[in-house]
Amino acid sequence: MTGLDGTKPDGFKPDVPAPDEITGPWWDATREHRLVLQTCPSCAGGDQPAAQHPPRALCIRCGSAELGWADAAGTGVVDACTVVHRAPRPDLAVPYVIARVRLDEGVVLLTRLQDREPGEWRIGDPVRVAWADLDDGRALPVFVPGAAPSPATAPSPETKEGN
Amino acid sequence: MSTGVAIVGAAECDLGVTNRSILGLQAQAVSRALADAGLTLRDVDGIATTGVARFSATQLADYFGIEPRWTDSTYAGGSVYEMFVARAAQAIQAGQAETVVITFASNQRSARSRSLGGVVEDHTPEAQFETPYGPLFPLSYYAMAAQQYLHKYGKTREQLAEIAVAAREWALLNPAAFRYGKGPLTAADVLGAPMISSPLTALDSCLVTDGGGAVVLTSLERARDLRRTPVEVLGYGERTTNTSMTAVPDLTVTGAAGSGADAFARAGVTPADIDVVQVYDSFTITVALTLEGLGFCGEGEALDRIAGGRIRPGGDFPLNTSGGGLSYCHPGQFGILLLVEAVRQLRGEAGDRQVPGARLAVAHGTGGILSTHATVVLGVDG
Repeated sequence: MTGLDGTKPDGFKPDVPAPDEITGPWWDATREHRLVLQTCPSCAGGDQPAAQHPPRALCIRCGSAELGWADAAGTGVVDACTVVHRAPRPDLAVPYVIARVRLDEGVVLLTRLQDREPGEWRIGDPVRVAWADLDDGRALPVFVPGAAPSPATAPSPETKEGN
Repeated sequence: MSTGVAIVGAAECDLGVTNRSILGLQAQAVSRALADAGLTLRDVDGIATTGVARFSATQLADYFGIEPRWTDSTYAGGSVYEMFVARAAQAIQAGQAETVVITFASNQRSARSRSLGGVVEDHTPEAQFETPYGPLFPLSYYAMAAQQYLHKYGKTREQLAEIAVAAREWALLNPAAFRYGKGPLTAADVLGAPMISSPLTALDSCLVTDGGGAVVLTSLERARDLRRTPVEVLGYGERTTNTSMTAVPDLTVTGAAGSGADAFARAGVTPADIDVVQVYDSFTITVALTLEGLGFCGEGEALDRIAGGRIRPGGDFPLNTSGGGLSYCHPGQFGILLLVEAVRQLRGEAGDRQVPGARLAVAHGTGGILSTHATVVLGVDG
């Protein structure tokens, strides 16, 4: 398993295509281990900025190209997850957990879950961001347990792997 | 209601492990479907296909030595053949083409061209934000949908496995099926198969085979002069929802709802009227989500609807009567073979697996990661 700080997952250092003019600021923030979200000032309202992911050249709500960036809290919950037992590439060691994490800001990220036995993750588990550093100075956000599971998110037997 | 367009020919190419080329298999499929219709390549003025090359329809037209008046090479994964039926019907109605061939073939098993990671172009957002983590494409997405589904509705993997078990029962009646003669499956077999991306095992997942097929469409008026019973295109609909694994808010709700509603409304029928159902079964979960989307049952009810042998041979809800992508054939894009089986059932040619008196059929394709959804309602005169 990975180190408890979540910063150096074993052997997980994939090749990631270079950013483009749209995604550059998002990746630049990862160099400082900051998780940012693209926001639309025109659509912002209420308690939260109107955030979207992945970054795009326009706002998918209003079409505006005048978009900004905001730091995400870096916390959320597991929306869905799956334990991968057959790697799609030789550089990946199985098993590992692929997940959709719903951030507190409402945005869903595809990511990995770490620092817990793969089969123990459940929908609704709270998570917080950690970072897998890449050789080029960028980093990939991964997620680790955010708090002890509350009774409301206790494991449900039907989603336990391998039963 | 009818679009005034009918399927007049249908055929498979060789299936399984063929050691043939893609174009060789395409030629088989098209030649056989045209022969079935009593037509020749000279009659064809419209071609719809994908998976041949970058210029798929163009390539195939050149290969067949024809200059079509209408082509379509829309790439939308395995559902596109149902989309092609809609577009071909419109082209024939509009007078742009008279005889359209829809076809697909793949040699993915012989050529070992299938990759668990799928194909993700470097310039897409997915290449930067999803592929690096190593999701199986498309399998891990369906796995997460299955996890959400079982969690949300309190269902079990055993209940889900019935979809694979029933598909095998049908395949045992279909001599063309990859698993023909391979014996029945049990839910325990499905659960005990190697886990690929939890909760889906190898037996929750479709085959990887060569294969393909073709269907021929023309006006209903012309169809009445041809040798086969015309299978009328009664309705169609489609939805396109996502390429990324994060766009859809609830993985248990798919575009099948919209595509099905459009198709049934156009046909003037309801799910209760349908005699035989062909639904894309890339994975067991695909079927459960699709049946709910199409309205064959309510949300969370699919695994009860299919239980108790109802979708097996002899059951009152005959589903995927070829054996499906799970036990018959899955050449990477299964949608063409959903149409072929629907046609055979409606023409009463399905042999041991014939659904008695089938007059109305649905074929529903799903492409990508529950990305594209297309429904076709087909019928023959009663």
